[in-house]
Amino acid sequence: MTSTLSETDRLASEPAFQQVSTRRKAKNALATVLVWLSFLVAVAPLVWVLYTVIVNGIKRIPFTNWWTQDFGSVLSDEVGGGVMHAIIGTLEQCLMCAVIAVPLGLLVAIYLVEYGRNGRLAKITTFMVDILSGVPSIVAALFIYALWITTLGLPRSGFAVSLALVLLMIPVVVRSAEEMLRIVPDDLREASYALGVPKWKTIMKIVLPTALSGIISGVMMALARVMGETAPLLVLVGYSAYVNWDLFNNNQASLPLLMNTERATNSMEPGSVGFDRIWGAALTLVIIIALINLIATVVSRLVAPKKK
Amino acid sequence: MRPGDRIFKNLSTGAGIFVVTLIALIGIFLLVQAIPALGANGVNFLTSRIWETSDPAHLRFGILDLLLVTIYTSLVALVIAMPISLGIALFLTNYAPRRLARPFAYIVDLLAAVPSIIFGLWGILVLAPQLAPVSQWLNSTLGFIPIFSTGNVFPNYAGTIFTAGVVLAVMLLPIITSLSREVFERTPTAHIEGALALGATRWEVIRTTVLPFGKAGYVGASMLGLGRALGETIALAVILYIPRGRTFDWSVFDGGATFASQIAANYAEFNNPTSAGAYIAAGLVLFVLTFAVNFAARSIIGERKAD
Amino acid sequence: MAKRIDVKDLDIYYGKFHAVDSVTLSVPPRNVTAFIGPSGCGKSTVLRTLNRMHEVIPGARVDGQVLLDGEDIYASSVDPVQVRRTIGMVFQRPNPFPTMSIRDNVVAGLKLAGTNNKKQLDDIAERALRGANLWTEVKDRLNKPGGSLSGGQQQRLCIARAIAVRPDVLLMDEPCSALDPISTLAIEDLIAELKKDYTIVIVTHNMQQAARVSDQTAFFNLAGVGQPGQLVEFNDTEKIFSNPNEKATEDYISGRFG
Repeated sequence: MTSTLSETDRLASEPAFQQVSTRRKAKNALATVLVWLSFLVAVAPLVWVLYTVIVNGIKRIPFTNWWTQDFGSVLSDEVGGGVMHAIIGTLEQCLMCAVIAVPLGLLVAIYLVEYGRNGRLAKITTFMVDILSGVPSIVAALFIYALWITTLGLPRSGFAVSLALVLLMIPVVVRSAEEMLRIVPDDLREASYALGVPKWKTIMKIVLPTALSGIISGVMMALARVMGETAPLLVLVGYSAYVNWDLFNNNQASLPLLMNTERATNSMEPGSVGFDRIWGAALTLVIIIALINLIATVVSRLVAPKKK
Repeated sequence: MRPGDRIFKNLSTGAGIFVVTLIALIGIFLLVQAIPALGANGVNFLTSRIWETSDPAHLRFGILDLLLVTIYTSLVALVIAMPISLGIALFLTNYAPRRLARPFAYIVDLLAAVPSIIFGLWGILVLAPQLAPVSQWLNSTLGFIPIFSTGNVFPNYAGTIFTAGVVLAVMLLPIITSLSREVFERTPTAHIEGALALGATRWEVIRTTVLPFGKAGYVGASMLGLGRALGETIALAVILYIPRGRTFDWSVFDGGATFASQIAANYAEFNNPTSAGAYIAAGLVLFVLTFAVNFAARSIIGERKAD
Repeated sequence: MAKRIDVKDLDIYYGKFHAVDSVTLSVPPRNVTAFIGPSGCGKSTVLRTLNRMHEVIPGARVDGQVLLDGEDIYASSVDPVQVRRTIGMVFQRPNPFPTMSIRDNVVAGLKLAGTNNKKQLDDIAERALRGANLWTEVKDRLNKPGGSLSGGQQQRLCIARAIAVRPDVLLMDEPCSALDPISTLAIEDLIAELKKDYTIVIVTHNMQQAARVSDQTAFFNLAGVGQPGQLVEFNDTEKIFSNPNEKATEDYISGRFG
């Protein structure tokens, strides 16, 4: 007998806010579940890998001989010795790479932000930097092989590796330096020009110091990344079980190369000498990378322009 | 112009020009080194599946198998990584509690910091044994579907394209996620608020505003991931098992070699220019391939944002 | 110190766009001259051509002359960097250098030009900070970062930085628009003192401020939409605000537009 109810009564008896249909609610809930799940799917392998590296590699790390000896005097299935030769090689090759790649990358970033702006050359340059960041490490290694070893006839060495790493490090340095330089407000540049400071001095003494903390962060991250590159090591230098301080001559060990060599020549059974060495080296590499990231965070905080 | 300004300007412009010529130089040097080997090749470079380069006097090398395995492995990795990355990117931009979004993003980025050789070792020594029963089950129950048919490295279920694809997918997650995240974050608030004002659920808001806006960026990010996958070297060299005598046959349980892993695995043959030239030729193809993929990806993503 | 500026037939172009049309005026020394006018009329643009700051933007150029005590700053033999060392500028938003302490900020112009003597720089810093009415507030924390001051203090720091190099002219581009009324008053008092030693040109969108601080006023306006800006009237401040010659000036002053 709805006809006897007035319109207002009828409207008042219905709920004021329509409920969202169950179908829509269900879809929403499903989406939420899937999205949370995908995050966990990302975290799981990370945790698993780190757990594996730590648990398998921890056995030999706490002993000083691991950090101060090499494998020169030890047989491949003999316990003992250490990875000092590999640590030295990794550090030398990567530092030499940084010495070349950082100034070069900085200059490119300065060109893009301060001089080139939107010009044609700047557009081409920024495009090529993007392309360079997509060049596989093996291709970079082959290029250096073709240039350094075949064409110039120079021997394989840690330095050749450094050159290949330069190709891989430059794009990362350019991108992060560029971002940091762009963040520096134009206000500061204008204030400097208004004082009669030439452009190059403005860049060196005002812009760069203001961006420095972020640039240092970016450089350290790039460094940590090239430390783990293996492909150039296979093509451009040989493995040595002895410490070799000479970056320019003879075979030189490095952590990834050591891992690869052990994998190819030794048993991987859990508990075997090869197993301990390879995971120990992996953990060593992870520790060094983590240390670099830590130093980067600390240094960039120290250098950052202070507010108080 | 003051001398200091001129020097500095030329120096930085020169650095920019250097980077541009570098790419050209890479192509040129690889080509020059590859030509003698290509000339001495006993079989067709593009269509043959044979690879015999140990004897420089009798070179026979063809990249067909390498090309197929490279693309196939990358596709498997992409198929796995793309939906997960989409979920993670949406999670970080729209679902995670505000305060936790940054630390969570940092965790995902940590995946990119793990060296690929460690991923390779973990893949073959730890993941593969866990994955093997899954592979076996798929092979036996769904083996009539070509991609799940018995592989060319049977009974080895560890060093397969499947295992490699899963590990590679994990390595691609941070790349695809980070760029997609940036794009999703830039969805105009006006669009989002418009959808909310219509009473849309959170998923509906995303479906109607974030996803359409971020589609190009997500696709571009995935293509960059593809480029990375195509070039991954050591992880695949460690994981993939080389089949004896049999060739790639479209099963995910096949083993094989990609351009990168083939070159890396045979570094010992770089003792003479002719054999090395064969590998350099393969590297050249990889260079062109990744160049093209990166070019396409950047075009889709569009102009660099900070301008 | 404190030179006069004569602008003769100055046209300003950004690429092909004619931004400002034929400005002629004379800024007397030891006086405050205000540039007023509605948004986009070109007053800041003209100000920036007085120390060649517009050249920072690629494609910007001028036709005409700007004479500093008779010498054309646009002569082909003149280095823009030198011009800016003798004609200083203070900007709308305070912009102390974040990586430098207060004291280093003040003497930045001198340090970057090569002066290194610590005692000399300290003396100059004190003189400049006193001249900017900031000395008593910061004398005990000269080593603190430049960014640790309040907005009004930062702007006085920027003024100290500008006068530390003893410029002939001081240009101020809306120096108080980002500040609160109390800081604004402090800066206006400062301007009244600074004009004893410097020639000051100030751009302001606040008419009352122009009436308060300046001795001469130049009123700029746009001829029409898409047209270049032009100088409508230039006269003693008192005349401009009580009995201007041009109708447009009268309309702007009484708030009929702007």
